[in-house]
Amino acid sequence: MYWQKDIETMDRAELEALQLAKLKKLVDYCHDNVPFYREKLDASGITGDKIKCLSDIQYLPLTTKEDIRNNYPFGMFARPMKDIVRIHASSGTTGKPTVVGYTQNDLEMWSNCVSRLVVAAGASADDIVQIAFGYGLFTGALGLHYGLENIGATVVPTSSGNTEKHLMLMKDFGTTVLVSTPSYALYMAEIARDIGLDPRKDLKVRLGLLGSEGCTLEMRDKIEEAWGMFATDNYGMSELVGPGVSGECTYRCGLHFAEDHFFPEIIDSNTLESKGEGELGELVITTLSKEGFPLIRYRTKDITRLNYEKCACGRTHARMDKTVGRSDDMIKIKGVNVFPTQIESVLVSIPEVGPHYQIVLKTVRHTTDFEVNIELLDASLLTKYSELEGLQKKIAHKMQTVLGLNPKINLVEPKSLERFAGKAKRVIDLREK
Amino acid sequence: MIIKQISIFVENRPGRLAEITDIIAQNGINIRALSIADTTHFGILRIITEHTNQVEEVLKKNDLTVSITSVISVCINDKPGGLSSVLHVLADNDIQIEYMYAFVSDSKKDDAYVVMRIEDDLRAQEILKAHGFYGLEIDE
Repeated sequence: MYWQKDIETMDRAELEALQLAKLKKLVDYCHDNVPFYREKLDASGITGDKIKCLSDIQYLPLTTKEDIRNNYPFGMFARPMKDIVRIHASSGTTGKPTVVGYTQNDLEMWSNCVSRLVVAAGASADDIVQIAFGYGLFTGALGLHYGLENIGATVVPTSSGNTEKHLMLMKDFGTTVLVSTPSYALYMAEIARDIGLDPRKDLKVRLGLLGSEGCTLEMRDKIEEAWGMFATDNYGMSELVGPGVSGECTYRCGLHFAEDHFFPEIIDSNTLESKGEGELGELVITTLSKEGFPLIRYRTKDITRLNYEKCACGRTHARMDKTVGRSDDMIKIKGVNVFPTQIESVLVSIPEVGPHYQIVLKTVRHTTDFEVNIELLDASLLTKYSELEGLQKKIAHKMQTVLGLNPKINLVEPKSLERFAGKAKRVIDLREK
Repeated sequence: MIIKQISIFVENRPGRLAEITDIIAQNGINIRALSIADTTHFGILRIITEHTNQVEEVLKKNDLTVSITSVISVCINDKPGGLSSVLHVLADNDIQIEYMYAFVSDSKKDDAYVVMRIEDDLRAQEILKAHGFYGLEIDE
């Protein structure tokens, strides 16, 4: 099923011609309307008509989150406030939030992007959808909300928190689709069982539209098993538009971009050089259609790779792999780059422990002490200490294989680690800087 | 002689043991014997009570990791050589003890009990009974 079939299955040559035309226009539009870009583009001497092919994009300047912060709040808006109809902002865990503005056309484009991905994931007008993202400045909830209404689905804006009420409504309404973060989906299933509901039998949720944080295949399997549902991943960020930048179809072999609106590239985070198809690196996105808040070559900090092959679903737009991690989330331990998702993928393959974890880093006698707290679930190991020690060794060994580091594994009691409704904070870094 | 023991996974932090025993106390359950050993971060608390299934249920409700194991209880003379007489019988029959703990039941009677975890507890029971030993009989 498609939402905008002509565009989603467009011949690649035709799509690339469209992208090139839009890119040329974008460069001049940014130059004329955003002082930040005028300065940068004037310095490099690039104008729209100098761009002859899509690969010329590499000569354009990169934009970072820092640039947006430096222009807080409205410095990078390309339209006057009379044309801006909505403002969103990122969570901004450190310092000022990044603020973005939308024109009416932007909102329409956004809704259509979300509609594309939810239809590709299998949602339809027959669905009742519960949105467990927090409503507010965050783009996740409203993005999915309007995109789902757009296809005629029934949207229940439950927002985040009050998990038991969520579950009650889910049962009473016969909700069929859940929108949430992967970790909240797991948490909800836990709570459901606590209050005597079996999500597989007592609830009708058949599809999960998961996003806002990474989800490994192993975690997805756990979620699907706990709920008895089909789960898909989608991707986006408020700077770019919100959710709707890319999403999985039912074949789940990568997340399809809305490539007519978002032009993807991969670069090396250190050298900033462009990387080819299939190469792992940082995702950089240029917004081809946005009016209120256009971005040229925005560094997402997300690590992934691109695939331009036509998908079995018929879509021709490029796909990205599930993100391996964020270059921001990447922690350097004893000189080794570690992504929390790597740790997650090890843990979900070990049934004796739960999927929640906490990484604790400390400086002990000038070296890094790397510990991982994990919840023990399997009571049969309590017969002998050696069994618990064996489990700790098994986990440490698997971590060693995946990370190249040997963490100390601490077993903790079930449900003693904090659960997160939004983005999970799993690293406690107490190292001396 | 063969009785049920509850094992509970306990994190090492101040007050945790008190919290767990509170849960048991609030349910009006008396602990007959217990043992706890620890590593740096956690310990396994082992408890003998007359209400094993009820204790398991309330602890699980409180999100604790709990399991039930069978162990052997043996009554010994609370005087020099009392324990070694039992251990000799087991050693002579090549029976290994994984862990054990002891408690005194009534000082006036010169009786004490040892609780032992043995892999083949049925065989151990048979041999010990043949040597005239007896243990606790707990009916739920």
